[in-house]
Amino acid sequence: MPKEIGIKDLRRLLVEAPVQLIEVLPSQEFDEEHLPGAVNIPLKQLNAQTTATLDRSRPVVVYCWDDA
Amino acid sequence: MSPRAAWQLEALGFKDVYDFVAGKAEWIAQGFPTEGNGPHYPLVGEVARRDIVRECHLGSVVADSRTAMGETGQSYCVVLNGNDILLGRLRNRHLTSGDEVVVEQVMEVGPSTVRATESADALLKRMEARDVSVALVTSAKGKFLGVARRKDLERLVNQSRAERYAGQERRH
Repeated sequence: MPKEIGIKDLRRLLVEAPVQLIEVLPSQEFDEEHLPGAVNIPLKQLNAQTTATLDRSRPVVVYCWDDA
Repeated sequence: MSPRAAWQLEALGFKDVYDFVAGKAEWIAQGFPTEGNGPHYPLVGEVARRDIVRECHLGSVVADSRTAMGETGQSYCVVLNGNDILLGRLRNRHLTSGDEVVVEQVMEVGPSTVRATESADALLKRMEARDVSVALVTSAKGKFLGVARRKDLERLVNQSRAERYAGQERRH
């Protein structure tokens, strides 16, 4: 089950674990501004092919714009 | 959007999936670094400051707030609970109560606030229209993050506009 985390937990994870950050917003929004080290896979394109290069043994963190 | 993405990743076989629910807006609002080609649209949280406002807590008495406000010359202080949740505001006019009256008995309950993730440009326009100089800033869950001064918002918005303009010039 995915775990919800806040900004404190995210910052801790980024230091302690080999986290893979995924922004699921459209590519234009990602290109303008994103979290350091993030990769962009828009939600509609999130499938086996687009995630093939990610390491399934490492933690992944997804984010979008906000919680609305 | 991100909750669905998190579940989708789990369905794709990822075992250790996290959803950063507050998202990019919260990251930017708290002033953490970002990457990208811009433009950067500034958010209110980037200018929110706690060091320029007096704070008092539930259960404290009016005399303490009067002393604190007198020392700084401020006309108000914010009232927080033990979790830093903004519950009220104490103004000068509330200080005429007895010294030992607890602040929650006289404070203004539920003062207007703005979210840290709101557009700085939009808030500045509202403050200019209403001639307001300071806005109280909280997180989505009500945690007090500080005050946004109009002059700081003006500086941030103007700086952002200048950077966007410079970016357009470079592209032409």
